[in-house]
Amino acid sequence: MDGLDDIVEEFLVESHENLDQLDTDLVALEQEPDSRERLSSIFRTIHTIKGTSGFLAFHRLEEVTHVGENMLSRLRDGALELTPQRTSVLLRMVDTVRSLLASIEASGGEGSVDVSAVVAEISAAMEDTPAAAAPNPAAEPVPAVAEPAEAVVEVAEVVEAPTAEAPVEPAAVAEAPAPVAEAPAPVAEAPAVPVVPAPRPAPAAEAAPEPEAVADGGSGQARRGVADSTIRVDVDLLDELMLLVGELVLTRNQIVQYVGRSNDTDLVRASQRLNLIASELQEGVMKTRMQPIDHIWSKLPRVVRDLGLQLQKSIRLEMEGRDTELDKTLLEAVKDPLTHLVRNSVDHGVEDAETRIRVGKPAEGVLTLRAKHESGQVVVEVADDGAGIDPARVGAKAVERGLITQEALGRMNPQDVLQLIFLPGFSTAARVTNVSGRGVGMDVVKTNIESIGGTIEVESVPGKGTCTRLRIPLTLAIVPALTVECAGDRYAIPQISLQELVSLDAEKAANAVEEVGGAPVYRLRGELLPLVRLTDVLGLTSDRHDGHVVIAVLRSEGRRFGLVVDRVINTEEIVVKAVGGQLKAIGLYSGATVLGDGTVALILDVQALARRALRTETSERQESREAALQAAATDAERQRMLLAAIGGGRRVAIPLDTVTRLEQVRTESVEKVGNREVVQYRGAILPIVRLDRHLGAYGESDREVLEVIVYSDHGRSVAIVVEEILDIVDGEAAVRSDIDDMGLLGSAVLGDKVTELLDVRAAILAADPAFYSTLPAALTPLTPDGVPASLLEASL
Amino acid sequence: MTTAQAAAQTAAIGGQLATFWLDGDLYGVEVAHVQEVLKSQGLTRVPLAPAAVAGLINLRGQVVTAIELRERLGRPPRPEGTDAVVIVVRLHGEAVSLLVDAIADVVDVDPADFEAPPDTLDGAGRELIRGAFKLDGHLLLALDVHKAVSA
Repeated sequence: MDGLDDIVEEFLVESHENLDQLDTDLVALEQEPDSRERLSSIFRTIHTIKGTSGFLAFHRLEEVTHVGENMLSRLRDGALELTPQRTSVLLRMVDTVRSLLASIEASGGEGSVDVSAVVAEISAAMEDTPAAAAPNPAAEPVPAVAEPAEAVVEVAEVVEAPTAEAPVEPAAVAEAPAPVAEAPAPVAEAPAVPVVPAPRPAPAAEAAPEPEAVADGGSGQARRGVADSTIRVDVDLLDELMLLVGELVLTRNQIVQYVGRSNDTDLVRASQRLNLIASELQEGVMKTRMQPIDHIWSKLPRVVRDLGLQLQKSIRLEMEGRDTELDKTLLEAVKDPLTHLVRNSVDHGVEDAETRIRVGKPAEGVLTLRAKHESGQVVVEVADDGAGIDPARVGAKAVERGLITQEALGRMNPQDVLQLIFLPGFSTAARVTNVSGRGVGMDVVKTNIESIGGTIEVESVPGKGTCTRLRIPLTLAIVPALTVECAGDRYAIPQISLQELVSLDAEKAANAVEEVGGAPVYRLRGELLPLVRLTDVLGLTSDRHDGHVVIAVLRSEGRRFGLVVDRVINTEEIVVKAVGGQLKAIGLYSGATVLGDGTVALILDVQALARRALRTETSERQESREAALQAAATDAERQRMLLAAIGGGRRVAIPLDTVTRLEQVRTESVEKVGNREVVQYRGAILPIVRLDRHLGAYGESDREVLEVIVYSDHGRSVAIVVEEILDIVDGEAAVRSDIDDMGLLGSAVLGDKVTELLDVRAAILAADPAFYSTLPAALTPLTPDGVPASLLEASL
Repeated sequence: MTTAQAAAQTAAIGGQLATFWLDGDLYGVEVAHVQEVLKSQGLTRVPLAPAAVAGLINLRGQVVTAIELRERLGRPPRPEGTDAVVIVVRLHGEAVSLLVDAIADVVDVDPADFEAPPDTLDGAGRELIRGAFKLDGHLLLALDVHKAVSA
């Protein structure tokens, strides 16, 4: 920030806040002079200002507060009695402090504020010579300098004005009736510091093109204009307005719905107008509560700098979109999580200079904060160009901590594995540094973000850096939602977690919804999407019997799943109402709302839903897998198989539990490493085995798109290329023969045709001979060389 | 617990009680707690909620939980075809509604008529009944509203 040192700036903000309280306290103190508590509070405030001003070399400020503190301490100890006259003296001291602060704020220095009169006055008041000398000096300074004080007031107010915030802080300055001499003079003395913007909003002033001239010191007239165009408004009042607007939106929804059935054109027109006006009003009221994200960002350069120094890292903080606005309440709520993420990045993400140079990066690390509006949400990113997070390590640690089973891990893609860092119990205080790891783990960050209806996900490229992305709703009160029907009731799903809708007619659904290990999945563009039936979760019975399947594809914690509902009704803006304690305890509903027709609908908590449904699903699947294993001991044929054609009319069956994902890869993206074929896939290099060649079939090799079966284990993956994915079948009824051939386990009759059973292990080894050989941590090709293991560990 | 102790403990409930019928018995809640009484309302059921939670009611734009008092007191379900009456009570600033059979008068009660819950009351109900007022001809059971809504 220009001009003002960060420390001074913080000091000013804090002091202004304290001084407001001080006025109230002092007046209240007169009513109850014996209140030890109030006296202590006043004493503390003055003491703090004194301490800091001494430290910052504001000597006059120190002088005033010092005598004030003396007097207060004697009052507090009961050595002096509080008389109205002493209160006046103290109030005058507060005024003087204000003037000094205003001067510091405006010019960076104490200006020519005279403190000797006040000091003398306080000293006199401390002596037990009541009302002797005091009145005279007291009377003088006030009227004499009242006018210059005004000048300072305007400077401060104007600077604050361009921001959305009602000028709360400068108001403290505005009340200052005490001596500030010629405000312009210090400006002239310090040309390097033009008009110093009031502490926090300065960047906003820079960012907003129009007020820039003003902030940079435009004419006095222009300033007055801006200052006059803003007023202070109580936040409570804004909250109240927001509530009322919420009600209005609801009523609007109802009216629009009723009118939709009417033929009265006048009524329809009036309702359309109401619709429009309500929307605009809603937007307007929401705007009043908006503040630029810079309000919380402005503290971060300091955090990064101090932390960097402490850790001996050189880090540059870049900010993009600092004028992005969001609701004040939300802003407060993301402050701590954001600070935590930044600290985390500095501490664990960015490597020290030595390491960076060794891996060929510039010595100076870059931490980038980005904020932008995106489809009705605010997206905030914290990105660093550090060591990144290695999914293999995350996975290993999650397994080690018992948060996930090895099998489940094997099925996850690297992106999903990364999200495990948000699980409670993942980051424990195993490595406590002064900076992070003090028990505030990523799970807390996540909980905080989710509590305001936001989502968080992390992306990382090992060796390149990590990016944590927060999606925050613009406002809490009114959210766009999808209403769905399930077993005759309607439920609302916040749009923030909705990705897409899939509707399948009976015929299609019968084929497209498959079962993997007893759990229903849908193959959505090649990716297996686990399905959760809302009726199952809620313990209801679906009233849809025509076989149609409607899937709402939801995203939670970086995982996708499909929620099967009976019908999709509508999208509408809903007003979130809190539900009583009995319902909160259920943990599936984030609230309730009143729909257009007046009925109450529950709002589904997608995160909780995912956690509940997917976890039970996993454990059920595990049970079924264990059962399958036991069954396998007696009957080796029981297995679900993926059928694939490999060319030459041959069909191969691959056990489904070794399939992580089905993909399509363009032939031209296949590259060569040595004599092996590889393909770049999700930031990793995926070795390829062509099953036709591996098994000696003669497939067409000039296809444009390759059908690929991805198999992952321990964070390593290989791609098995087949000609075509045919089906998923139950291998139960299979008849086996042991015609043995290279790369095959045998053959069986599946789906009325003879099918070869692939020796998956052999196929994988053909693609990646080292696949099974060593421990995952040591061998992962994803881990860049030169990144010390300790850093990787820490970056988890 | 002796009658005297019980009376002393619940002396505060003397005064006016809003009374209602439930499965043939007359109950009362302090008038001060009652916000309003409504006819039967459209209920939105809440899957997985405790059995006593009958659903959610739209009370002029406010979402209010409805507690089925019959369930709460361990009584049989309301007969088919009869509508419940909704008593909206306000506790700690939060509105909760109770579903009862029918609303009756507001009754002035005398703490002197108060007695501990009759021994004939069974377990589920006993918890929620503070005691009985002996009125002419019948008993008025004083409901502990706070316990009743903490389903």
